[in-house]
Amino acid sequence: MPVNEKKRHKNRKRNILQVARVIRSKNSGPFELTLDIMFKDRRHFELFREKKIITARKIAALYRISETDILKIVYFEPSQAVKITMRRKIPSGAPGDTDTYGAQQHVPLFDIKF
Amino acid sequence: MPAQKTRKKLPPFKILSTTAILGYGFPESSFRNGLKKKPDLIAADAGSTDPGPYYLGAGKSFTNRLAVKRDLRLMIKAGLEKGIPVVIGTAGGSGARPHVDWCLDIVKEIAAEENLHFRLGVAYGDIEKATVIRALKENRIKPLAFVPELSPQTVEQSENIVAQMGVEPFIKLLKEGCQVVVAGRSYDPAVFAALPISLGYDPGLALHLGKILECAAIAATPGSGSDCALGILEEDSFILEALSPERKFSPQSAAAHTLYEKSDPYELPGPGGLINLRGCSFEDIGQGRVRVRGSRFVPSEDYWIKLEGVRLTGYRSISVAGVRDPIMISKIDSILRAVEKRARDIMKIAPEEGRIFFHVYGKNGVMGELEPVKKASSHELGIVIEAIGRSQEEADSLLAVTRSALLHHGYEGRLATAGNLAFPFSPSDVAMGKVFEFSIYHLMKIDDPYFFRTEIREL
Repeated sequence: MPVNEKKRHKNRKRNILQVARVIRSKNSGPFELTLDIMFKDRRHFELFREKKIITARKIAALYRISETDILKIVYFEPSQAVKITMRRKIPSGAPGDTDTYGAQQHVPLFDIKF
Repeated sequence: MPAQKTRKKLPPFKILSTTAILGYGFPESSFRNGLKKKPDLIAADAGSTDPGPYYLGAGKSFTNRLAVKRDLRLMIKAGLEKGIPVVIGTAGGSGARPHVDWCLDIVKEIAAEENLHFRLGVAYGDIEKATVIRALKENRIKPLAFVPELSPQTVEQSENIVAQMGVEPFIKLLKEGCQVVVAGRSYDPAVFAALPISLGYDPGLALHLGKILECAAIAATPGSGSDCALGILEEDSFILEALSPERKFSPQSAAAHTLYEKSDPYELPGPGGLINLRGCSFEDIGQGRVRVRGSRFVPSEDYWIKLEGVRLTGYRSISVAGVRDPIMISKIDSILRAVEKRARDIMKIAPEEGRIFFHVYGKNGVMGELEPVKKASSHELGIVIEAIGRSQEEADSLLAVTRSALLHHGYEGRLATAGNLAFPFSPSDVAMGKVFEFSIYHLMKIDDPYFFRTEIREL
């Protein structure tokens, strides 16, 4: 693909920030970190679910972790949300941990394009 | 089931949840509004593992004593005056014996100060090491996701092992006429669900309602952990209602809460089974209320409870400092590596004996290894130097040597030769005390859900 076209193609991509209402992270117990993305509308929730835009591979790449560290990805209709649960590198509050509650680990998700 | 058809319809059962964690507070006006609805139960969850392993290990509450006393006084006085049971779960924040006894002291103080007399039920959530080791030998222990297999050594090293009790110990105490129940580590929804389940309400609905009420008004919009919420349990559904005019429940806010702090929103496991939410609906019924239907309890073949335990891993000292020099900031990683090496050489301390961590705010202090931005672009950095040793003395000296090595480290290209760090405080070093880590987060199979120790006291 020529560079210009590639650039235009890239520009057509949209950012998750345009369609998400909530993007957050939190402990799910001391050994897991859970990430929630809630969509503003039904259409984008369904688009993400049908096109499988969020995969273990993509999340592993964003956080630079192994795919085996991702426990599950669940789409939850009542909240128009997708939930991603992963292994905590360091359990909550153990030596070397940086975020006991796990509440500030969501930002790499801001880079999801679709 | 013909018996069900002929029996009398259950009246609405109203539950007043005061606050997300006992001690977080609630407006008296919301509480009074809740009492006007004539609740059948006043309850609050008092704990969480969120604040980390320290509180369970040290036997201390992460909530403030005066704040807990203030919340309890309002709840107990109103409950006794109106004949409404008051139920507290995971007392003292972590729910081990020292935490429960801390909370009981507060209850006794209130009773003496207000001249109140009542039957107090106590349920302890502590599990003896021998019980866990026996279960381990009998293959009745399994780890939760990402948790290492349990060994007898780990059990021996662990302190204050607790298990989340289900509804059964609460039902037992309430049936024996306890007007106030204070329990150790509990499954969060149990304090709300026990009484209605014992009266014949659907356990799936009761537990799901409890799951939401344990965070009080957090599931409303705008959410708040320090405001009351009302749950009305009916035969085939439940209703959520906010108790202050500024808040309401919406289907979105209630459903969103179902995601909160959980790995899978469709299946919420707990003692003795799981709540299945696949057929669940959230309906706006006006006036800021939401009706929820379809939550089902699916009992498991065996009764599993969740164990929690922590072990001491050392003693911590920290120092806080800032860096403004751009030359130093550009070389911060290599400087910190060199400083750690220098400190270890001086102290003759190997990494397994003493640990040094630099929390570099402005670079990757929040996300550590997960931080995708590799190059710091901030004009200043905040550094928390952390040393963990086998004793407080060892931690203090490892920190002191690391701090002074960093202060005077002569990195390449340095112009500012008088000192590398800006200390906001004198003294610069703080001894933080014991460091714990979660060592047990496993399921244990039990035969009898009533095996938790209960006591009744007349105040």
